[in-house]
Amino acid sequence: MRQRTGTSRRRFLRGTAATTGVAFGAGAFAGFPFVRAAEAVTLRIAGTGVNQFKELADKCKADLGFTVQYTSLVSDDVVKRAVTQPSSFDLLDSEYWMLKKIVPSGNLRGIDATKIKNYDKIVPIFTKGELPNGKKVAMQGIAPIKVAYLTGEKSKDFSSEPSQWMTVIPTVYNADTLGIRPDLINRPIESWAELLNPEFKGKSSILNIPSIGIMDAAMVCEAKGLVSYGDKGNMTTVEIDKTIAVMTEVKKAGQFRAFWKEFNESVNLMASGEVVIQSMWSPAVTKVRQMGIACVYQPLKEGYRAWAAGLGVPTHLQGPTLDAAYEFINWYLSGWAGAFLNRQGYYTAVLDTAKQYMSADEWDFWMEGKPAKGAILSPTGEKIESAGAVRDGGSFWDRMGRVSVWNTVMDEDRYMVRKWNEFIAA
Amino acid sequence: MRRKSSVVAYLEALPLAAVFLGFFVSPIALVVAVSFFRYETYQILIPGFTLDNFREVFSEAVTYRTYMITLKFCAIVWAITSVLGFLIAYFLAFQLRSRTSQTVLLLICSIPFWTSVVIRMIAWIPLLGRNGLVNRMLLGVGAVEEPQEWLLYSQFAVILGYIHLYTLMMIVPIFNSMMRIDRSLIEAATDAGASTFQVLQTIVLPLSKTGIAIGSIFVIAMVMGDFVTADVLGGGQVASVGKQIATQLSYLQFPPAAANAMILLLAVIVMIALLVRVVDIRREL
Repeated sequence: MRQRTGTSRRRFLRGTAATTGVAFGAGAFAGFPFVRAAEAVTLRIAGTGVNQFKELADKCKADLGFTVQYTSLVSDDVVKRAVTQPSSFDLLDSEYWMLKKIVPSGNLRGIDATKIKNYDKIVPIFTKGELPNGKKVAMQGIAPIKVAYLTGEKSKDFSSEPSQWMTVIPTVYNADTLGIRPDLINRPIESWAELLNPEFKGKSSILNIPSIGIMDAAMVCEAKGLVSYGDKGNMTTVEIDKTIAVMTEVKKAGQFRAFWKEFNESVNLMASGEVVIQSMWSPAVTKVRQMGIACVYQPLKEGYRAWAAGLGVPTHLQGPTLDAAYEFINWYLSGWAGAFLNRQGYYTAVLDTAKQYMSADEWDFWMEGKPAKGAILSPTGEKIESAGAVRDGGSFWDRMGRVSVWNTVMDEDRYMVRKWNEFIAA
Repeated sequence: MRRKSSVVAYLEALPLAAVFLGFFVSPIALVVAVSFFRYETYQILIPGFTLDNFREVFSEAVTYRTYMITLKFCAIVWAITSVLGFLIAYFLAFQLRSRTSQTVLLLICSIPFWTSVVIRMIAWIPLLGRNGLVNRMLLGVGAVEEPQEWLLYSQFAVILGYIHLYTLMMIVPIFNSMMRIDRSLIEAATDAGASTFQVLQTIVLPLSKTGIAIGSIFVIAMVMGDFVTADVLGGGQVASVGKQIATQLSYLQFPPAAANAMILLLAVIVMIALLVRVVDIRREL
């Protein structure tokens, strides 16, 4: 009864994911003799739920004949599951930063890049560490390129150069920033420093997931010029101390209304007006807007904090299941799924194929940052924007090009978590 | 013959002992063992023997502060729930005559447990929030000039949440002991000229002691371990021991979490041992 509330950013997607599992379970059971005869393949995918949609599973069933079973976990549990029970899934939907903890366990197999049809078309953020215009992406935190390759198929070591063996094939990624209530603030917000502005005393919030919260705190401290960092994504103990000291002081002064840990909490804080500026995730902003309340995912001059997720193959897969995993990954990059995820407000790894499945208006709105010509619909067909609307932050290149730091796990992780606990208790 | 029956007795006790051993003793033993392990970020458990985890816990000011806050919550919540629980149980047991109304009202007391944590969390915002019912009422009658922010996401809110949840834990055992009180005792006292208050003081209260003790054990154990309520109603800004352990667990820092859990367990055991010293529950059951 007293279950722990989760930390997943996409908790609201859970419902769908869970229903899918049940629906598929039931389906497989009812059609058992048939399915058996056709040597049906079932792929069990464990992950954060960021790209677990019933629609994707349905489409996969129609296109490939595979039954997809999702297991939706909060991010910390994904790591735990991957390290301790790798045989409980056939594909792991992991965030890149988690790989630093998972790969040393030896539970993931290198994915053969030569078997990935659209490998050359994957956004170079993941394969070269740069944007298509050749500009290098931010390297602070765990930039995907740092953990994208292994030295061999069965290796536990990351390769500093692109190799034939990828850790995961990227699926979705996005750039995170602060969410604001423009109707309650009534002036432009341009910097992360605003989170600590006394004007919003008792009306701001930060997320209480130490590894992400500490970086939002660092963005703020850096923007205010209070702390300077060598690498925000891998702070020294001194940098951690300074950051926590700043945050503790403002916390004691009553700057924060609350800390949130779970997707729905952030939606409630914002929708109820308890908070007017806070760390937020993109689908939460969409959800507040769907309630008819003004909410902006505000681009800030210091840039974004980005994250990325991908599909990894556990070492226990063999024979037909392994082939099926490759087939699934290739299908994933072939366009339909990419278009679906783009419409969700995330970005997909292979843009060229996704474009073919999106209308010109959709592409212009989501990817080019142009005003919508008609109504913009969510992947499930609900209207989320009217004609004339422009995506917060603009085009793909405006957003992904302005990433300042990636989600991370620090070398001083243990120290950081301790300090974060002190901050919460202060 | 005699020997045989003692073997039978042991056999009869075996299933329960096995369950107890398998599901209680061995997990606790494991936690104890793990609390002495070492660990690194990429290797969760390294069997060994180190006191570092305990040293870390005891050397930090945050530990003491967190325990102080948790103990404070415990004391306040215990005091309020025992008074409330006693009064409500008294009403249920002595003021109501029919069994049906007793059952119905007792069921109503359990309403807070019908909803999930998430729903309860959301439900407090419209009531205590900045634009909530309480604030609107206070503003409306002119009691305050500005919305009161300490109502939600504060220690007050956490305590309110605990009381809301755990008063039932007091009501049920106290109600149970009150129902066992021989009504003729009360009649005799009244006949002898005792006032209602005297009856309460000299008969009902002493005879409800077991119920109060059992309820106290429930409340203390729950409040010491509950981190969800503290997290949700404290807006994540109020520390609790349970939450500290949960954070360590989610960062795969099992050994320090185990050390912390052992200390919490000891603290609760000490509190309950003290309580049992005051009231001999076994004898009075």
